[in-house]
Amino acid sequence: MEPIYEIELTGAGMWSRVISRGKTLRLTDLTGGANVGMLLYHAPERHERYNMPDTLKGQHIFYLRAPYGIHSDMGRLFASITGDTCGWHDTVCGTSDAELVEERYGVHNFQEARNEFYRNGRECFLIELAKWGLGERDLVPNINFFSKVVADVDGNLSYMEGHSKAGDHVDLRFEMDTLVVLNTCQHPLHPSTPYDPRPVKLSVFPNATPTMEDATMTVRPENARAYRNTLDYYLLSR
Amino acid sequence: MAASTSLLKESPLDPSCAAYDHTVLAGDHWLHPVKKGQVLRIVDVEGNQAADTLFYNLHEPLDRYSASDTIRRGHNLYLSTGTTLYSTRSHALLTIVADTCGRHDTLGGACSRESNTMRYSFDVEPMHACRDSFICGVQQWGHGMNKRDITCNINFFMNVPVTPDGGLSFADGISGPNRYVELRAEMDVMCLISNCPQLNNPCNAYNPTPVRVLIWD
Repeated sequence: MEPIYEIELTGAGMWSRVISRGKTLRLTDLTGGANVGMLLYHAPERHERYNMPDTLKGQHIFYLRAPYGIHSDMGRLFASITGDTCGWHDTVCGTSDAELVEERYGVHNFQEARNEFYRNGRECFLIELAKWGLGERDLVPNINFFSKVVADVDGNLSYMEGHSKAGDHVDLRFEMDTLVVLNTCQHPLHPSTPYDPRPVKLSVFPNATPTMEDATMTVRPENARAYRNTLDYYLLSR
Repeated sequence: MAASTSLLKESPLDPSCAAYDHTVLAGDHWLHPVKKGQVLRIVDVEGNQAADTLFYNLHEPLDRYSASDTIRRGHNLYLSTGTTLYSTRSHALLTIVADTCGRHDTLGGACSRESNTMRYSFDVEPMHACRDSFICGVQQWGHGMNKRDITCNINFFMNVPVTPDGGLSFADGISGPNRYVELRAEMDVMCLISNCPQLNNPCNAYNPTPVRVLIWD
C-alpha cells in the first residue's frame, strides 16, 4: 500500500504532527542503529499524555514490542504496536541533554559546524513542544524506538549495540487523535563515539478499525479495558 | 527476590533528636519542604506500604524529580543507598544515605482512578487513588500547579522486579515493619507524599497503613 505521507528525517532531526485515529505511522531505521525518542499527547486535550508506568505495569513488561499498546495517563490507549521487526524498544532511559552530549562528544556549535552542530533530545523535545503550547511541565519519560536496554537481577542496565538493523521498522496504529512529538537523537546510553545519530523514515498509512479480537486487545485484559475507555471517550465527544 | 544486602545501611540518627516528626495516615498526602543539608527519613511503620513520593525544586517547581534521568545517570532501575535522585534539569535533588529495605521502585508510578479501571475493573473507579492525593498536594502548594505537574514518582518500599527477559511484576514487598529510607537533601526541595490508598493490590495485603516522616537539621 502506498503511504499517504512520507518524510525522511536526518539524524538529530525533529518532527511533530497530529495523527488521527484510523492511521498507522511506520518508523523505518534506514541505516541501522537509529533511535526515535517519542512523546505522545491527546491532540485536543494535551494534558493527557503518554504514561510510562501505566504502559509498563498495565502490560507486565519492561519494554515495548508488538502487539503491545501505548497507554495514556487517563486509562486510555494512544496506539497499538501492530508491526515490529525489531522486538524491543526502551521506555525507561529518557533522552539526552546538553550536558550529556558535551560530556560525551564535545562541543560542536553552529558557528563552526553549521547544520552539523550537535543537538540533544531534551532540546529537540522542548522546541517541538513549544509549537503546540507545551513545555517543560509536559516532559515525561519518553519511548526510545529501536533501542534495547536490558537489566540484570540487581537492576544494572546494559545498552545492546547493533540491535536495530537497516530496514527494521515499527508500526503504530493510532486509537486516539494524537499529537506525536519525536526526534532522532541518539539514545542517552548509546556508548559509541563520535556523535552519529542515524536517519529515520516516517510513513503514514490508513488502517481498518480494530475489533476487540485484535492482538493488542487480547494480549492483556488491561489493554481491552483501556481500549473500551478510549471508545467511551469518542462515544461522548463525537 | 532478595535485594542485594550490600545496599542495606542503618542510620546513626536518633528519632528523639529529629526537628520534625509526623505520621502520614493511610490514604493521606503530605507536603513539606526539606532544606539543603537536612535529612528526611520515611518509615514504613507496619510494613509493605507504598509511599508514593514526588520531589520538586522548592524555588522552581518546573524543575522536578525525573525517573528517567535518575535511571539514566545511575545506570540502574532500583533506588537504594548511594542513589542520587536527579531532576528534569539534571540537578541532584537528594541522595539516599541509609536504607533498611534495600530496594525502592521508580518505574511503577502512582495509581489513579482512571488507571485503576484499566488495571482492575471498571467498577473500582470511585475508589481513592494516589493521583487524587497528588492533585490535592500540588494545589495546596499553589503556583497554578495541576495534573501536568505530576510526573513519574518514586514508590518507596515497593518491589517491582524486572527480569533479564523484560518481564515486570509487582512482587511481594521486601519491606517490613519499621524499615526506613533516609535521604539527604542536596538542594532545597518540596516533598509530596501520597501514602497509597490502594485496596486492589495484594502487595500491601489490601490494607494500607501509616508511614512516619522525620526530618533532622
